[in-house]
Amino acid sequence: MRSKSKLYGKDPLWGHTFISPMLIGFIVISLLPIIATFFISLTDWALLNNKVEFIGFENYKKLFSDPLFYKVTKNTLLFTVLLIPSNLVLCLGLASLLKRNFKGVGFFRTAVFTPVITTVVVWGILWKYIFQTDNGLVNTLLSMIDIKGPQWLYNAKLAIPVAVFVTLVKGLGLNMVIFIGAMKDVPDMYYEASEIDGASKLRQFFSITLPSIAPSIFLVTIITIIGSLKVFAQIDTLTEGGPGTSSFVFVYYIYQQAFKYYNFGYASSISAILFAIIVVLTLIQWKMRKRWVYHEN
Amino acid sequence: MRIDSERARRTKKRKKIVHYLVCSIIAVIMLFPFYWMLTTSLKTYSNVMKFPPQWWPDPFTLDNYIELFSRHPFLTYLWNSVYIAALVSLGVVFVSSLAGYAFAKIRFKGSNFLFLVILSGMMMPIEVTIIPLFLALSEMNLANSHFGLIIQPIFGYCGAFGTFLMRQFFITVPTELIEAGKIDGASHLRIFNKIMLPLASSTIATLVIFSFLQSWNDYLMPLVLLNDSRTYTLPLGLKLFASEMGVEWNLVMAGATFSTLPMMIVFFFSQRKFMESLAMAGIKG
Repeated sequence: MRSKSKLYGKDPLWGHTFISPMLIGFIVISLLPIIATFFISLTDWALLNNKVEFIGFENYKKLFSDPLFYKVTKNTLLFTVLLIPSNLVLCLGLASLLKRNFKGVGFFRTAVFTPVITTVVVWGILWKYIFQTDNGLVNTLLSMIDIKGPQWLYNAKLAIPVAVFVTLVKGLGLNMVIFIGAMKDVPDMYYEASEIDGASKLRQFFSITLPSIAPSIFLVTIITIIGSLKVFAQIDTLTEGGPGTSSFVFVYYIYQQAFKYYNFGYASSISAILFAIIVVLTLIQWKMRKRWVYHEN
Repeated sequence: MRIDSERARRTKKRKKIVHYLVCSIIAVIMLFPFYWMLTTSLKTYSNVMKFPPQWWPDPFTLDNYIELFSRHPFLTYLWNSVYIAALVSLGVVFVSSLAGYAFAKIRFKGSNFLFLVILSGMMMPIEVTIIPLFLALSEMNLANSHFGLIIQPIFGYCGAFGTFLMRQFFITVPTELIEAGKIDGASHLRIFNKIMLPLASSTIATLVIFSFLQSWNDYLMPLVLLNDSRTYTLPLGLKLFASEMGVEWNLVMAGATFSTLPMMIVFFFSQRKFMESLAMAGIKG
C-alpha cells in the first residue's frame, strides 16, 4: 500500500493548482463577506449616515431591546417548531406507504415530489391564490359545507401557520425520498424475524424501522431547522411579512433593514446572529454524521 | 383450512385496495394545486371570480398568455434564468470536480485543512453574506447585472457542496488507474480529463441538477441586486408581475404556469435521477 502511494507520490504543484479556483473564489465570495458582515455589524453604516463609525456592540445591544427583533425571533421559532414535527410525521407516513415497489408507485412518488422542483415563488403565489379570502379555493370548498373560512393571509394568528403549511407541502417529496432510501437499507430479515414472533405492522414500524433510520430522521430534522431559519421567499410571496409585522422572520427582517431602510450596520448584526446559529447546527450535523458513518455503510 | 386461506386472501386484497385508495387521495391532493394553476390560466377573468367555481375552463381561452407576453417580457426572464443556471452549473462542475479530485487523489501539504476550509462554505449561505456582497457589487457597478447571481453559487454553497460530493466520488476510484496513467507519462490534468471526468459522469449529473435548481429557484439575490426589468429572472419577474396584477388571477396563473413548465418538462423526462440527486444532496449537504 505504502509503496504504491509513493508511486504517484506528492504533487503539491498540481494539488494547489487544482484547488486554487475553488479556494480563491471561496475566500472572495464567502469568507471575506462573512468577516465583512461581522465588521459592518460593529458600525452604524446606513445610507443616510455620511460618517460611518465603529460603535462596538451597540447594534447587538439595540437588537436585544428591539421588540420587533423579539417578534421576529418568536415567529422564526414558531415556524420551525410547527414545521419539524408535522414534516417528520407526514414524511415518515408517506415513506411507509410508498417504500415498497408496487404497480404505479412511480406515479405516486412523482406526484408527491413535483412541488420540490417547483420554484418557491411559483409555489408561494399559487397558494396565495388558493388561500384568498374571497374566491380562494380553500374558502370556496369550506363554504360548500357551510363554513365561513377565515382570512388566512390577513390574520395575524394564521399567517405563520399558513406559511408553514405551504413550506411543508413543498418539501414532503424530498424528505420522503430520503426516508425511503433509509428504509430500504433496513435488512429484510429483521422484519421476517419479527413476523414470526407475531409483531404487528405498527409494532414493526416503532421497534425496527424508526430506530434503524434514526440517523436520517436526525439529518432531516437539522436540514429542516436550517431551512426554517432561512425562510424568505414563501413569506414574501404569501404575506410580505404581514399583516403588519406578524409574519416577519429573520431573513425578512434582514432584507427590510438592509434593502428597504438601508441600515446596513443593524441588518448585519442580525445576519451575524443567524450565521452563528447555522454554524452551530451544521457542526452538530457533521459531528453526528461522523458518529453514524458505520450506520450509513 | 381452505376457508381460512380464502379469508386471508380476501383481507389481503382489501388491504391492497385501501392502500391504493390512500395513495390516490394523496396524489390528487398533491397534484390539484397544479391543475388549479393550469386551468385558472385558461379561464376568463369573470369566470375566475365565479361562484361556485368552474372546475373546467369554459370558455377555454389562451388570451391570458397573449396578454402575459404583451405586458411583461417573460421570454427574456426565461432566457435569463436558463443561461444563469446553466453557467452556474458549468462553473460548479468545473471548480468542484478539479478541487474534489485534488483532495481525493493528490497528496499535498495542508490538503485536509484546506478541504475543511472549503467545506465551511456550506455554513455561509447567501442570506448571511448578501449585505457585503451587495455593497461590493454596487461599488464595482455590477449590482444590476447577472455577475453576482452567477459567481456567488459557484463559490458559495453549491461549490462547497460540489467539492465535497466530487471528493467522495473520486475517493472510490482505484488509485491504480492514476498510477497506470502516470507510468504512461500522463500529467494529472490529462488523467483528470481523460480518465476521471468520464468516470464521474453520474456524480456530475447529480451536481448539475442540484446547482441548476438552486440557481433556478433563487429569489433573494435577484430581488436585492436587479432593478431593470430586462435583467429579471423568472421568479423575480413573476413576483413583480403578480404584485402588479393583484386579483387578476387568470393572468398571474398564466405567468406561474409559464414559469413552471420548462422545469416540469425536464423533470418528467428524468424523474428518477432528479429524486436521487436531490435526496443525495439533502443527505450529504
